[in-house]
Amino acid sequence: MVGTTTPKQADKAKLAQMMVGRQVLLEVEKPEEKPGDPVLQVEHLVVTSDRRQLAVDDVSFEVRAGEILGVAGVQGNGQTELVEAVTGMRAARGGRIKLLGRDITHASPRRVTELGTAHVPEDRQRDGLVLSFTVADNLVLSTYYQAPFAKGPELQRESILASAQERIREFDIRTPSALTSAGSLSGGNQQKVIVAREFSRPIHLLVASQPTRGLDVGSIEYIHGRIVQKREEGCAVLLVSPELDEIMELSDRIAVMYRGRIVGLLDADEASKEEVGLLMAGVTPEPGAKPRKKRKVEVTL
Amino acid sequence: MDDKPKTQPRKAGKILLEELTGGPPEASRSGRLRRVLLVPVLAVVTGLLLGGLFIVLTSEEVYAAFGQGLFNGLGTSFLVAGRAYAALFTGAIGDPARIVTALQSGDALAIRRAFNPILESLVASTPYIFGGLGVALGFQSGLFNIGAEGQIFVGAILAAFVGYSVTGVPAILHLPLALLAGAFGGALWGFIPGWLKAKTGGHEVINTIMMNYVAFRLSDWLLSGPMKRPETFNPVSPTIEPTAMLPRFFEQPIRFHLGFFVALGVAWLVYWFLYRTTWGFALRSVGSNPSAARYAGMSTVRSTILAMSLSGALAGLAGTNEVLGVNHNLAMAFSSGYGFDSIALALLGKSHPVGVVLAALLFGTLRNGATRMQVAAGIPIDIISILQAMILAFIAAPAIIRTIYRLRQPDKGEQIFTGTWGGG
Repeated sequence: MVGTTTPKQADKAKLAQMMVGRQVLLEVEKPEEKPGDPVLQVEHLVVTSDRRQLAVDDVSFEVRAGEILGVAGVQGNGQTELVEAVTGMRAARGGRIKLLGRDITHASPRRVTELGTAHVPEDRQRDGLVLSFTVADNLVLSTYYQAPFAKGPELQRESILASAQERIREFDIRTPSALTSAGSLSGGNQQKVIVAREFSRPIHLLVASQPTRGLDVGSIEYIHGRIVQKREEGCAVLLVSPELDEIMELSDRIAVMYRGRIVGLLDADEASKEEVGLLMAGVTPEPGAKPRKKRKVEVTL
Repeated sequence: MDDKPKTQPRKAGKILLEELTGGPPEASRSGRLRRVLLVPVLAVVTGLLLGGLFIVLTSEEVYAAFGQGLFNGLGTSFLVAGRAYAALFTGAIGDPARIVTALQSGDALAIRRAFNPILESLVASTPYIFGGLGVALGFQSGLFNIGAEGQIFVGAILAAFVGYSVTGVPAILHLPLALLAGAFGGALWGFIPGWLKAKTGGHEVINTIMMNYVAFRLSDWLLSGPMKRPETFNPVSPTIEPTAMLPRFFEQPIRFHLGFFVALGVAWLVYWFLYRTTWGFALRSVGSNPSAARYAGMSTVRSTILAMSLSGALAGLAGTNEVLGVNHNLAMAFSSGYGFDSIALALLGKSHPVGVVLAALLFGTLRNGATRMQVAAGIPIDIISILQAMILAFIAAPAIIRTIYRLRQPDKGEQIFTGTWGGG
């Protein structure tokens, strides 16, 4: 036991400090944004969900280099499908997606990755890791076929292992060894494995879905710091999170999604929590923009 | 971070252990080896003990002895079970006394006969190695290939056809051609359900079972007409050309042939493919977590089709091996369930090529010894099927073994292959 306190005396910062054992920066220090050219351009995108219902309805936005665009919204309002379409995991029914000017609307996940996209998926155990594989293997899950990890068809065990040791040190992954299975790590360290894998490639676009879901304060601080660092390096960041605090804290601009549409695109400095919260609930300031009924899309294959 | 590789062989051994355990490394190598082998070995031992009980229960001699008193009955029980297992042992490995006498006499035929049981066990193990590797490759890719038996038949059909219809070709060409034809036949029979699974989502378990029936009836039809030996009424194909036969190493009666070493070579190839190549890496990723594999840019469609085709090719080689190495023709129902036993031994071997070879040697040895046990001790050969079934049950449900022997429950990271059937 490191200490006790009462709900009245405690505040967030104090509790976090007691849990982690050191001062925790709950607010990330973020230098002024200096956005560059557009990296990701989404134009009139239409995506359907697994149930063939309209999930993303005519969405357009762009993310520029050195900018974090936060997508806020109650879960299930099309964010998952939007991210899947951008990363090539789900086919778009209409519209266009461009990465650095190249059309990637119908590109495969591998092609999108090779063009310089990093993806931190929302469900790390289901989509981010092969839990029975070692940490070393998980660290090369998307680059295993490239040099220096492979020579022709043959895997280069030694470079995979050496690179893993480096990543483990660099990203402070707490694991007994590089050959430990990813499934036996804590949630925070599992997320660090994904972050280490995705962030250590040369990337232009980072797509992060709920990157800190279910993590402890120490890991949240760490991952937020890494995301801001990528922004500083000139990476475009698309951050999706249902956590309003996370969105408010990290974003330069905020897009609010409601029933598959972007109902508001705000500057983070000017936006208030209440404003974003109301938009998330579907309350739009403009008159006449009532929440619409879900349309069912006829799909012909 | 203390696992920096120092020397090549040590590292290779370490990685091999890592793959077999599929879990976090423990402090000592022996500790990890123990953990890998513990459940399979205990499952085999428990299976043998329970098998002994069945032998005792089916023996009239024992019931008669129990009529004369409890101790008399118990004594006879042990005697009967011991006699049966002694016969199993000499049938599978050979009679030590006979080997010594034969070596002393120096008579070539006597020596061959004395060593025949163990070589015959290797002959019996060979199709199991091929079949087990095929099923194991499927498991590693998250696919449950129940169609090994059908793939064995189609492989055998094509191998036999190439074996007897191609003439006037030297062995150096004919034998590889026949082997390739057999592998191709199995691959075709695996490709179809693989393609159906990848493109339509049709479950491979259902489709491979159906493909089995198609293969059985196909071989029945071929043997009753197009492929039947003309001079006989029996449903048997013509004998294959000597150039297509897998060469035997010794004179009669020893049937030990090149196929065993081909099987070991293929096992090494499968190991290399699964654990040392990018293709194998993708296959295992899709098998362990198809969703994460897709996110990492791997194609589940390609992986599924490739895995089922290769799995089928390996099973096809099991049938090919029997045709080219043992029978030298295609006969109706020549495979006595090798394909189905292969599922059991792939599980016993934890779907690792090394484990599969060991499990195949065990199954081949048991099956070979059982013949002798039937002759010498009058124990029905079916007892071996019961034995295998019990070993499989203990492997599939390791919790039983862990409870009986009060072992520690497995760690979170330990792989349970049966948990990934159907790529769930």
